[in-house]
Amino acid sequence: MQTTRLAFASAAALGLLLATGCTTDTPTESPGEETSAAESGDEWFVQAEYEEQLAQRDIEPEGDPATPWLQAIEPEWVDTSEFASEEGEATVCFSNASVSNPWRVTGWITMQEQVKVLQEAGEIGEFRHSDAGDDDDQQISDIQAFVDSGECDALIISPSTTATLTPAVETACASGIPVIVFDRGVNTDCATTFIHPIGGYAYGADAAEFLVENLEPGSTVLALRILPGVDVLEHRWAAAQEIFAGSELEILGDEFTGGDAAEIKNLVTQYLQRGEVDGIWMDAGDGAVAAIEAFEDAGQPYPVMAGEDELSFMRKWEETGMTAIAPVYSNFQWRTPVLAATMILSGEQVPAEWILPQEPITEADLADYLERNADMPSLHYAKFGGEDLPGFPDAWRDR
Amino acid sequence: MTRVRAAAAALFGGGTGTVFALLVLIFAGIFAMNPGFFEGPSLMAFLKQAAPLVILAAGQYFVIVSGNFDLSVGALVGAQVVIAARLIDGEEPRTVPVLLVMLAFGLLVGLVNGLVTTVLKVQSFITTLGMLLVLYGAIRLWTGGAPTGALSESFRTAGRRGIENVPILGQIPWALLIMLAVGAGAILLMRTRFGRILMASGDNELAARLSGGRVDTVRTAAFVLSGLSATIAGVLIGGFAGVSAQVGEGLEFTVITAVVLGGVVLGGGRGAVLAAMAGALAIEALFTLFNQMALPATLRPTVQGAIIIAAVAYAARQRARPGATAAPATATATPS
Amino acid sequence: MIAFSPSARPLGTTALIYLALAGVLALGGAAVALDGGNLFATANLVDMLTRTSLTGFLAIGMTLVILCRSLDLSVGYVAALSSLVGATMMDGQAANLPLAVGAVLLVSGLIGAANGAIIAFLKVNPFIATLGTGLIIKGYLDTEYKGPAGDVPAVFQQFGYTRIAFVPVSAIVMLAVAAAAIWFLRATRTGHHMYAVGGDVDVARMSGIRTTRVLLTAHVLCGMTAGMAGLLLAARFGTGSAEAYTNLYELDAIAAVVLGGTLLLGGKGGVAGTVAGVAILAVLDTVFNVMQIDPFAKDVLRGAVIIAAVALYARRQLDRTARRPRFAAAQGIEEAQGRPS
Repeated sequence: MQTTRLAFASAAALGLLLATGCTTDTPTESPGEETSAAESGDEWFVQAEYEEQLAQRDIEPEGDPATPWLQAIEPEWVDTSEFASEEGEATVCFSNASVSNPWRVTGWITMQEQVKVLQEAGEIGEFRHSDAGDDDDQQISDIQAFVDSGECDALIISPSTTATLTPAVETACASGIPVIVFDRGVNTDCATTFIHPIGGYAYGADAAEFLVENLEPGSTVLALRILPGVDVLEHRWAAAQEIFAGSELEILGDEFTGGDAAEIKNLVTQYLQRGEVDGIWMDAGDGAVAAIEAFEDAGQPYPVMAGEDELSFMRKWEETGMTAIAPVYSNFQWRTPVLAATMILSGEQVPAEWILPQEPITEADLADYLERNADMPSLHYAKFGGEDLPGFPDAWRDR
Repeated sequence: MTRVRAAAAALFGGGTGTVFALLVLIFAGIFAMNPGFFEGPSLMAFLKQAAPLVILAAGQYFVIVSGNFDLSVGALVGAQVVIAARLIDGEEPRTVPVLLVMLAFGLLVGLVNGLVTTVLKVQSFITTLGMLLVLYGAIRLWTGGAPTGALSESFRTAGRRGIENVPILGQIPWALLIMLAVGAGAILLMRTRFGRILMASGDNELAARLSGGRVDTVRTAAFVLSGLSATIAGVLIGGFAGVSAQVGEGLEFTVITAVVLGGVVLGGGRGAVLAAMAGALAIEALFTLFNQMALPATLRPTVQGAIIIAAVAYAARQRARPGATAAPATATATPS
Repeated sequence: MIAFSPSARPLGTTALIYLALAGVLALGGAAVALDGGNLFATANLVDMLTRTSLTGFLAIGMTLVILCRSLDLSVGYVAALSSLVGATMMDGQAANLPLAVGAVLLVSGLIGAANGAIIAFLKVNPFIATLGTGLIIKGYLDTEYKGPAGDVPAVFQQFGYTRIAFVPVSAIVMLAVAAAAIWFLRATRTGHHMYAVGGDVDVARMSGIRTTRVLLTAHVLCGMTAGMAGLLLAARFGTGSAEAYTNLYELDAIAAVVLGGTLLLGGKGGVAGTVAGVAILAVLDTVFNVMQIDPFAKDVLRGAVIIAAVALYARRQLDRTARRPRFAAAQGIEEAQGRPS
């Protein structure tokens, strides 16, 4: 029984600790559920970044519009001659967060096809990759393993979460190899270049502004979101809230769907039972078709809708002739990092922050993008930017 | 509140009664928020969307009552939808052959689960956890990470359409009829000798063996039935909402929760299949209630967790009362 | 790690598991060698050991509850919450460390106690009880923390990043905790009682064991190891992250425990085996990584290996114990108490 007593004694001691700990803790933590829920929107909203991204939408990017993955918005070029290598056949390593959704699957194929081209040209030797399955801790290990192996001439990282990967990326930078971060960022600018499209605020704003423009004042909008707590998605919603707040639209609710079509259809059906829904705002297009079908099955007119450049949605959009927009989180960004790696390894300048263009697909270019992607599967992204790669269309079609 | 509960308990008695009481409470809550919910069309829409979980609950019931778990159903539902989309690829004539392929695949997965558990003596938690991983990975390996192809209109009929223009109800969904048929079949099955052996094998394995029951055979059959139910659920979910990459994810935990909410004891030997299906209905109704209340989406898991614990604790207390048939000692048993 | 292997009997279950680990290492090493690599290069050894730490903490606590014929599906959520509590209390100040660590262990221990109490007093099945508390924590995290929060001082990040030769500090701490748990199970009365409670709770009660107290202790300790896992996450992330719960760490931990030869039915097994189970999973992950296996093929292989490994020694185990829970309880307890591995 001694151990039990010991355990209970220490538990009691810890209890005391808590009592004291709690008091010191109160100012910083749990300001009550009500208030924190109200503040939560603000937590993700940084006015300056929001304004910057909205402004970037109107800036003409430098570079050839035919190759948007090489364009850059207001680049600040940095010298990379320290990384220039004479040898060629460089080993490029890539730590991927995951391929757990169709957007990432599409991009990953594009990246691999781009790598093949560069390998044939002799610019890249070996290409190694690891996949962390969306597990931050796993990705930290993956990055460490690459750094420790000492065999990577350049390291590409697509972080699974911004803040949590920061220490690992710093470690990678400290090892002296060029580090290329893309998609989500990290809280350090140690990377040689950080590649990303304009960003979440611009995406959310594109969608929200379209709804505001195309709906009568007083119309109702339902927001469908994937998950809470993911920064790129939270920025989209924060921007939308900002724009909706300044409009006369009524937001019926914001729901988390996990991107599951059945969940989406179910939720939309329930909202339709209780009243009219005039517009749908989505933070990502997964399952957009299910939302549209809910209107069909309920015998309701199509909503004004903001989906994404996923083909299933765009095809449904054309088929129904509904009023819609496809905001884009440029999938072609998956080509840029490997190209950047070869540029850095040959000592060419790259932008320190490589901001790629990010333009929504509108009614006007819908037909064009559908035609270009006619052979592609429905969970493919229209702006994948791999049409000129030799693997096209088989690599994406017969995956 | 307590009086309602007491009345409901008196009405239904015992541990399994809790779920019906819970169902009544939730529906009362929905009615208070939105009486319109009980008009024909919206009620039918609710049942249409709840049908897959109810069917899964029936399948899971067989496995749980015989003393096992099936954690692979969510992955199997997802796999079936993806298989359907890829093989049909939008071609109507392929619908029936592909349905047969899916059926065979579902039965095969159930059979493998059953044989690994009974013959290789791997605890079912691990068998089906492993199967979950295998299915999740294999199906993505096969489709290159994200579903390809498309479902045909006729494939989608079962999950999406119904008998149209029925007075008052509007549409009687095929999903509802399938759900009723599966439910009736499950109830009848539990009344056969098979059902009695299944129940006995979960309650007291040795006694079941000694009295001539082929315990391993019925347990394997239970897994096959679970595979069958996942296949039907897959057809309905795919039909209802089409293909998405996330389809089926996490369903295994929802359905096990539903079955336990229905008063079925994990570890086997106790509980009624009707109550298990009512548990699934209660979970779906709970989600509807949250929606009607406009409960902040982030808070819902908390409320859901608290309600599940409370309901199961309440049922356990009911069972533990003198005069109740169940033995409380087994209430905390973990099935293998 | 072999040092923890008890010299119970020739080819006891634990020995068999270490044999399996050796087999996995040999096969993995051979596969990597065929691929032109070296599994035992320092970088790969570091990688392997690093991967053991996180699952290791979770699996040690999980072993205790599973021995008591219970289960804890909330550990992933507890770890996520702990990383946030730890990181926000540290707030970048090394001086806050003791308080933050204490608070994390307290909070996680209390959640464990709540789990234990729900199971022991409310008679809710552990699967449902801990799934429920997990959901409750998830809702709290989603509502309260919209993303990473808190700031871990550099000195505590060492816990996640420093290593001595090729052994990461986190792995050393994990092994120390494992050693403590082995000692606890072998040398203390409560530890012995865990086997009895898992063998047959009624017989244990009748023989004078305070079964609820034993179960509560197991759950408190399981909660606290999840808290340690959360601290490790915080140290690695440099901040606390609610999203950590999406990784289904609880299933990894359970798989490791069962791979380690502990019976899900309770009453048999031990932490030494669990450590080997964790190591097997870590070796697999490293091998897959070094060999650049497709991430989806990884899942398939993982699932198949888990089933196959458990099938390999499940038969021997179950033959001796399958009927014990109801028919040979007393004997089972003697057997279990005599040989806590």
